[in-house]
Amino acid sequence: MSFKGYRRANGGVGTRNFVGLLATVACANEVAQGIANQVKGTVAFTHQQGCCQTPPDLQRVTRTLSGLGCNPNLASVILISLGCEGTDVEEVARAIAETGKRVEILPIQENGGLAKTLAKGSLLAQQMVMEASSLEREVCDDSELVIGLKCGSSDTTSGLAPNPALGLAVERVVAAGGTAVMGEVTEFIGAEHILAGQAKDEATGQRILDLVERMENRAKAAGVDMRGGQPTPGNIKGGLTTIEEKSLGAIAKAGKAIVQDVYEYGERPTVKGLVVMDSPGREPELLTGMAAAGCTVIVFTTGRGAPQGFPFVPVIKVTGNQHTWENMVDHMDMSVHEVIEGTESMPAAGDRIYDTVLSVASGKVTKAEVSGYVKAMDIYVTGPVI
Amino acid sequence: MIRNAIIIDPEDNIATVLRDIAAGGDVVAGCGDEVVTFPALQDIPFGHKVAVRAVAEGETILKYGAVIGAASTGIERGAHAHVHNVVSLRGRGDLNPEQEANQ
Repeated sequence: MSFKGYRRANGGVGTRNFVGLLATVACANEVAQGIANQVKGTVAFTHQQGCCQTPPDLQRVTRTLSGLGCNPNLASVILISLGCEGTDVEEVARAIAETGKRVEILPIQENGGLAKTLAKGSLLAQQMVMEASSLEREVCDDSELVIGLKCGSSDTTSGLAPNPALGLAVERVVAAGGTAVMGEVTEFIGAEHILAGQAKDEATGQRILDLVERMENRAKAAGVDMRGGQPTPGNIKGGLTTIEEKSLGAIAKAGKAIVQDVYEYGERPTVKGLVVMDSPGREPELLTGMAAAGCTVIVFTTGRGAPQGFPFVPVIKVTGNQHTWENMVDHMDMSVHEVIEGTESMPAAGDRIYDTVLSVASGKVTKAEVSGYVKAMDIYVTGPVI
Repeated sequence: MIRNAIIIDPEDNIATVLRDIAAGGDVVAGCGDEVVTFPALQDIPFGHKVAVRAVAEGETILKYGAVIGAASTGIERGAHAHVHNVVSLRGRGDLNPEQEANQ
């Protein structure tokens, strides 16, 4: 099967064609958002990191921004810099330029502040949007798909219908030669033996177990029962009792696909098929990590109704809860609740998800995109702000 | 009778209810072609769990045929099984390592 995407100079295929305005530090958010508000065809990525952090976190910020800039959904990139941040802005620019796309650095201090940088950046962005607009969608094989998997605001319906249905869609993506990225390592806790058993070999399985141990130790280091944090109060209201229960439902998103490799947060997979990426379960960090890994479509299952999308990667919301489908329909793209009622088969629901991925990849807009519910993003940090 | 709960794996000792069930109402829980019927001892909200057999304190709770936690108190058949009587066994920074190793 195929979809219509934007083929980039380095061979990647985008599902959207934006000029990206990436803030390289929290202090540059105002300018990035200001240009995005002014110039149609641009999109801002803002966050709270990039300064006064420990080196491992700064390196992760640099790697994540590089990955975001390389994402095929961006035709070209302006890095909005303050000029004194800890992020390695030159390295970000170098990594993005390697893909063959245009990248510009716009330092706010060098340009004399907000108003002058806004003016210069807006004119630059206009020119870059004009350049990007000449690219047309072309027919691409579904082996070019790179999809991210996420479940959020889960309840017990998530593990009964949308996650297993998404698992079947993932099996189709993988069978077609495409890529699926699974994160949310917190939500492997209690189910890691099953996922490790799906790894291509013992060493890969062990790396999954190691990621889970690292994440569980971070939670235990707080010295408390993490319940209330994971599962969240909303998960508990929805009937999920423990992280183990949440995890067993969550890993159904992988279907029976083989885990080919394991990556750090925001790292770009170098193999096709299903891969695992280190990340927490929280949306702002998880969705950013998926986009930095090169995902061009994200499928997000939800029980109670999570509205969050991502600035330049379409996020398809799939619920299995009929009440949520009716009550939160302005944020839900599809429902598979009839699987629970017994009036739709699981394979039929999986096929509907796959078809929706192809149509969204070809340009159909998601509820999160049309409502603009995409801005509360961040980059994963594990150390202190110092 | 119309099923209003699902037992995902035959090993499971809890069922997930698919609509609100009032105290005293029948739980009609399906597991594949098998169906078991018993009264709910409390209100069980949509999506929550009900014990399909009596569970002793400390016994593991099984869903999807896998361990999702342990009973912190005895749970009767038909009782609501949730955070008030089921504890997690993972990510427990509140337990010392020896205690955790013993669980």
